[in-house]
Order: sequence, then structure tokens, then C-alpha cells
Amino acid sequence: MLTLHYFASLRETLGVDQETVALPAAGISVAELIKHVVVLHGASREVLQDASRVLVAVDQTIVERDHVLQGGEEIAFFPPMTGG
Amino acid sequence: MIQVQNEDFDIAALYQALRLEAPNAGGIASFTGLVREFYEPQDEKQGDAVRSLYLEHYPGMTEKALADIEAQARGRWDVLACRVVHRVGELGAGEQIVYVGVASTHRGDAFAAAEFIMDYLKTRAPFWKKQRCGEQSEWIESRASDEQARARWEKAP
Repeated sequence: MLTLHYFASLRETLGVDQETVALPAAGISVAELIKHVVVLHGASREVLQDASRVLVAVDQTIVERDHVLQGGEEIAFFPPMTGG
Repeated sequence: MIQVQNEDFDIAALYQALRLEAPNAGGIASFTGLVREFYEPQDEKQGDAVRSLYLEHYPGMTEKALADIEAQARGRWDVLACRVVHRVGELGAGEQIVYVGVASTHRGDAFAAAEFIMDYLKTRAPFWKKQRCGEQSEWIESRASDEQARARWEKAP
């Protein structure tokens, strides 16, 4: 199982702060995981495919969409940061 | 040293801590970020509505990202001591939001490391600001100029 976390405007848009999904297969990429999440949870999750609006962190480190997952990771999706 | 907290901070105490930790420092660069009052066009008709910011973050990753940014600065400049404090939660206009202090042997390294830390913090640490004006609230969009400010450090020697 993977835990997906959503933050800030993305959390409000989707109306959920976290959800768990079963990894369909070990060795899939973040991009493939997102396609799987869209199938599971519907078209509202298509926004996750837009890399200019949504960043991805795996185990609390920012990664690209071709990052490969093994299962058990903590995945987070969020908009570009606005701290400071 | 990294601190993420809701409470306000005392820059005099942070400065003294840097002096104690780096007795041989030749200088300390300190930056304090404040919650600005926003003057967006759509706010004008709201008169003196109370303005505040809500700061959300990603507990765990925030500390990790800030520690990584501090480590990069230490690898690049002569940093004798460093303090980064960032507040989260509800903050009113004019309140302190972030502090970066760097003690170094010479001022050039202190200024550069402090600016580097701020530029990376704004675009690489998982904080998000939501602006409240009266009854309305909206998430603040990231700015290309902040990303450009960060990216110039990739080219600099």
C-alpha cells in the first residue's frame, strides 16, 4: 500500500488530505501511479498529471515523474511552494 | 539549526545564540521576513478588512528540506553558525514570519549564504500561504521571479 498526501490548494480542490492505494505493480513510475489513481478515484485526479501545477515528493524528497516506486513509500502531491 | 513553529521569535535571542556558537565570527547577516499587507486591486473595496495569512506546511518534509538547504549553504560558503526559523499557522499582517541568520568569518559569505538560504527556502521548502481578506481567502500563487532568484545560484561560482 502507498499513502498519498495532498496539501494546500490541491487538498482543498480534491477535498481529501490523504488516501491509500494498492500499488498495481512494483517498479512502476510516478506517472503510471497517477494514471492508476485517476482510474481509481476519478477525473478530479487528472490535475496530478500537470507537472507545472503539481509537484511530487516521494519519502519527503521532490522527484520527477519518471521516479520508480517499490511500494510502501510516502507520496505527496502539492502546488509549487510559497514560503518565506 | 532549524525551527518550525507557530510561536513568534525573538531576533535578539537568535543573534546572541549565533554569537555564542561562533565566537570567532567576523560578522552575522540576519534577515527577517514579515507578513506584508497586500494591496491587490480586488482588495481596495474591502476597506479596512482584517488581513492575515495562514501558513500550511508538510511536517517532516519541511524540516528535512530546510536542513538540506542549510547543508548546501555550509558546503558552499564559510558558515560558522546558522539559524533558520519559519512560522506556520495563522499570522497577522506585520508579524514576523521567517528568520535566517548566518555567522561567518567575513561578511561576503554571511550575506551570500543568508540570501541563498532565503531563495531556496521560498521555492524548495514545502510551505504554502493562504491570504485572508475579510470573509474571503485565497491561496497565493508561486511567482516566477522567486524561481528565477533561486535558479541564479545554480550558475554562480
